[in-house]
Amino acid sequence: MTEKFEPRIVAFFCNWCTYTAADLAGVSRLKYAPNVSVIRVMCSGRVDPQFVLDAFARGADGVLLGGCHPGDCHYAEGNYKTLRRMRMLERMLKAMGIHDGRFRLEWISGAEGEKVRTVINEMTEKVRALGPLDLPGKTLEWDKELKELEAHVNQSAPKEEAVHAR
Amino acid sequence: MPDKPKVAFYWCASCGGCEEAVVDLAEDILKVVEAVDIVLWPVAMDFKKTDIEARPDKSIVASFINGAVRTSEQEEWVRLLRKKSQVVVSFGACANSGGIPALANQSTTEDIMKYVYEDSPSNDNPAKTRPLTECEDEGRTLTLPSMHGMVRSLDQVIDVEYYLPGCPPTPKLIMAAVQALLTGKLPPVGTVLSPDMALCDECKRKDSKPADLALTEFKRPHQVIIDPEKCLLAQGLVCMGPATRAGCEALCPGGNMPCTGCFGPTSRVKDQGAKFVSSVFSNIAPKEQKEIDAMLDGIPDPIGTFYRYGLSKGLLRRKLN
Amino acid sequence: MSDNKNKQADLPRVGFYICHCGSNIAGTIDVVEVSKYVSGLPGVAVSREYKYMCSDPGQEMIAQDIKDHKLERLVVAACSPNLHEETFRKAAAKGGLNPFFFQMVNIREHASWVHTDKGAATQKAMDLARAAVARVRHHQSLEKKRVPVDPNVLVVGGGIAGIHAALTLANAGKKVTLVEREATIGGHMALFDKTFPTLDCAACILTPKMSAVKSHPNIKLWTYSEVEKVEGYVGNYKVKVKRKPRYVNEDLCVGCMECIDACVFKEAKFPDKFNQGLGKRKPVYIDFPQATPKVVLLDPQTCIQLKTGKCKKSCAEVCDRKAFDFEQKEKFEEIQVGAIVLATGFKAYDAKRDHQYGYGRYPGVYTALEIERLVNASGPTSGEVVLRDGKKPKAVGIVHCVGSRDAKSNKWCSRVCCMYSLKLAHLIKEHSDAEVYNFYIDMRTPGKGYEEFYDKLLSEGVHFIRGRVSDVTDWAVTPEEEGRLVMRVEDTLAGFVRRIPVDMVVLSTGLEPQHDAQEVRRRFNIGCGSEGFFQERHPKLAPVNTFTDGIYIAGACQAPRDIPDTVAQAGAAAAEALALIDAGFVELEPNTSHVIEDECSGCKSCIPLCPYSAISFEENKKKAIINEVLCKGCGVCAAACPSGSIRQNLFEDDEIFSEIEGVLAK
Repeated sequence: MTEKFEPRIVAFFCNWCTYTAADLAGVSRLKYAPNVSVIRVMCSGRVDPQFVLDAFARGADGVLLGGCHPGDCHYAEGNYKTLRRMRMLERMLKAMGIHDGRFRLEWISGAEGEKVRTVINEMTEKVRALGPLDLPGKTLEWDKELKELEAHVNQSAPKEEAVHAR
Repeated sequence: MPDKPKVAFYWCASCGGCEEAVVDLAEDILKVVEAVDIVLWPVAMDFKKTDIEARPDKSIVASFINGAVRTSEQEEWVRLLRKKSQVVVSFGACANSGGIPALANQSTTEDIMKYVYEDSPSNDNPAKTRPLTECEDEGRTLTLPSMHGMVRSLDQVIDVEYYLPGCPPTPKLIMAAVQALLTGKLPPVGTVLSPDMALCDECKRKDSKPADLALTEFKRPHQVIIDPEKCLLAQGLVCMGPATRAGCEALCPGGNMPCTGCFGPTSRVKDQGAKFVSSVFSNIAPKEQKEIDAMLDGIPDPIGTFYRYGLSKGLLRRKLN
Repeated sequence: MSDNKNKQADLPRVGFYICHCGSNIAGTIDVVEVSKYVSGLPGVAVSREYKYMCSDPGQEMIAQDIKDHKLERLVVAACSPNLHEETFRKAAAKGGLNPFFFQMVNIREHASWVHTDKGAATQKAMDLARAAVARVRHHQSLEKKRVPVDPNVLVVGGGIAGIHAALTLANAGKKVTLVEREATIGGHMALFDKTFPTLDCAACILTPKMSAVKSHPNIKLWTYSEVEKVEGYVGNYKVKVKRKPRYVNEDLCVGCMECIDACVFKEAKFPDKFNQGLGKRKPVYIDFPQATPKVVLLDPQTCIQLKTGKCKKSCAEVCDRKAFDFEQKEKFEEIQVGAIVLATGFKAYDAKRDHQYGYGRYPGVYTALEIERLVNASGPTSGEVVLRDGKKPKAVGIVHCVGSRDAKSNKWCSRVCCMYSLKLAHLIKEHSDAEVYNFYIDMRTPGKGYEEFYDKLLSEGVHFIRGRVSDVTDWAVTPEEEGRLVMRVEDTLAGFVRRIPVDMVVLSTGLEPQHDAQEVRRRFNIGCGSEGFFQERHPKLAPVNTFTDGIYIAGACQAPRDIPDTVAQAGAAAAEALALIDAGFVELEPNTSHVIEDECSGCKSCIPLCPYSAISFEENKKKAIINEVLCKGCGVCAAACPSGSIRQNLFEDDEIFSEIEGVLAK
């Protein structure tokens, strides 16, 4: 690879704590890596594990999920529901060969702009070290065998077609 | 005599259960045979590939294809049937979403080959011989189908008009699908031919599910004496019913076993396993990470549990190596 | 060209607007490039950049474009939606578009302000814009729900902030419940002798307001009470209040205090909390003569009757009002209010934490609040400045910034200590002949008449030494130091280390969040900053609002502040509450969830998840149903519905999936 690999990380931040913390980081002009794009949800409890898998499937090298600290959820206990789901999801990701550092769940309160910076920088470096995940690219690679065979089938005249002995 | 509509049945990577399901139509099968002309059904009738190749394109009204696509031979066959058929019905869980064979997507082809031909304890293969896709024998070239790198659902290889879910689809759903085909009363292309609602709707145990379920432990069916009346999830058993499409009339819960999800998800869900996890694990009791983790240990094989029939169609499709 | 593109894809027509925000965004992000890029995305009919999108001309441009270009969706890339989402929704509405056909892209707080690499920041802005364009196509037309506002208000905390807020609201005709944890209102201000810089007597200006609270027909005063639980939402809060037992019927007691004289304890012998433990009180007591309500109470820790049940109860005997009730239990009351003002105040820094100053070890070391009581005419020494042993101090040292501006304890400046230290220096001089030394780091006197007050002190013979006191010790090295406290300090103006012997040390302790600020903020569902003070919605533009609508904050619970600022803020909080109430209704964000009945299998997975019990099981239909008035829009049920049959408005699966797809598409 000639140019430096820039990871693409999708983040889901809850409106009340982590999104606000990211706003605070901005207002405080803290500087951090530009690799994370934030999708806003009202509560981390809105984050369906499907979103995480979909982000990976569509090319994210990492997925970050940010919610309020346990006990601090704007909606009482949404973050506990997040924690329980995501503990299971982490096991599933591991079983599917998605390395530890690619998915991260962090509790960041509205006052912790500094933590937004630290977490994003750390995660960017970690994922950079892990290298590209590139599921869309891998999918194309996997499906090459289909394309090859398709071409083969199409070019053979139907009558001559006999792949295995009769 | 006017031509009866021509119908083909084909099997790919499957167990034969789907064929069995067709036979399970019992007397109804006679009605089907009466109404159609079966041009291909390897399990029951002797037709060759050349017979199909010789047919004009789109001359088969419908092909019912079961099984996942694992080998080059299966792929060639389904492509051929696609070309010759007006409608392709993806038949059963394996064709729809990879089924049990798709659990092999947790391993590489190399791992599978190595185990099967070398490491398996029942093997006696000191030369470590492996099957070849091509070899010379007395001056002739012999070929065998090759294994693909992964197990695919039918619609990941060819376009599919309809899906019949289940492991296997129930006779009732099969009959309804055949009738719809014969009468031309077809739903929009892409439809799964069973109710687009979760299984709980049909489950006799539904009323016994409490509205404040907070699970504290997961149990496996062999570890408990299952209450035949009570909601299985409420008994701590992983019942995939809430995340699984209805249509089987809750056969497994009716037989005192939890649903394992063979009908796949509803149309609103992209990834059955993830969605089930989202639902059930939100509702477990522990709050502390340690307690949560201890409880999760009760599910030793999450992929095999939540993606038993659907790994090919899961958002990740296969294990990354 | 773009017209063809739209027809081809049959997509709604999107207008995209990117804001320069002066140079705030345009300085880092190439807005022209982003605008050009977005104009090429499917469905985008208009793409523009503009200096200030939030300005009137900016909004006008959007509204006009919606009409001229028949726009069906709107995307604005600018600052945080927490700042201007509402602004652009209004602009959309002005152009005749449903305000929810709009998506905001945060490229200021989340990009231009936090990134330095212009290329990468521009790329990120494009990614986010593409995601929003993809998402907004799926937006649905929505309406805000109007809910009536309960006109009653709860004020929590009866210090000067709570008192002022309650009176302001009550004078405006609103019914106010003022809940105070202590037996009397007055808070810290009631402890003070004089107030800076005018030196008017704290009691003289506070007690009239306290009695105004007590007698106001619109104020229900619940002292010795605490808020237990808060439910509901803006305009409609249900609050449960715990009323602790005084063992004296508040309605019967007239505050004659004859019971105190009659108590079986002839002498007061228990530490008097109000006087910071410097004085003594009996088991039956009243905090101070002007306590409001003027009602005695019993201390269950020391009252013999309450402890053992074996007392002659002479207190009750002398009470001709029969106000005593030894069986009184705590009780709970519920009230409905539309708005809540939190004015729960501060806690003084615990001087014991700074061991080097010897508080609690040397009797001659006092906290500033103790001195406030000492110099007070109604205090334990009737205003005489004497040491614990009764001797008069010849020299007094006042240490500024104890528990403030210190990396080891609290980083912040407590704002009031310089001024009150000057005040105490003045009062000590007034009440004694002692030499007074002020040890300060910086003298901070911003405020009307404050610097002038400092000037006045400079001329009163008070000594000022710039330097942080390193320690206070009784280890004498000269005969002059013998039996006294020695303050060691580097005099940073003179440039050498000094030892100054004194008899009394005053620690000017800083202001901290209340010990239970975290529990309280959770109870009211608001936030705290990292230092633990309640978090305002915006430090400049919404200083008394919180992130929870209908809950306002005033006074030192938000940050250290003096009385004038506290009163001003209390007035502001009251005004915000009035604005809410007098509008008569609130519009609720329509981000609620709903169950699609035909799709629901009745699996009940969602029901236990809802923290507001908004989801119930419809027994007839055997399906879940969501009460949209109770729903607060967290979306946890939508994420969990295993058959995908619950939708959350504004956060539908389609919307989020397309946002994911959009942000990752290349």
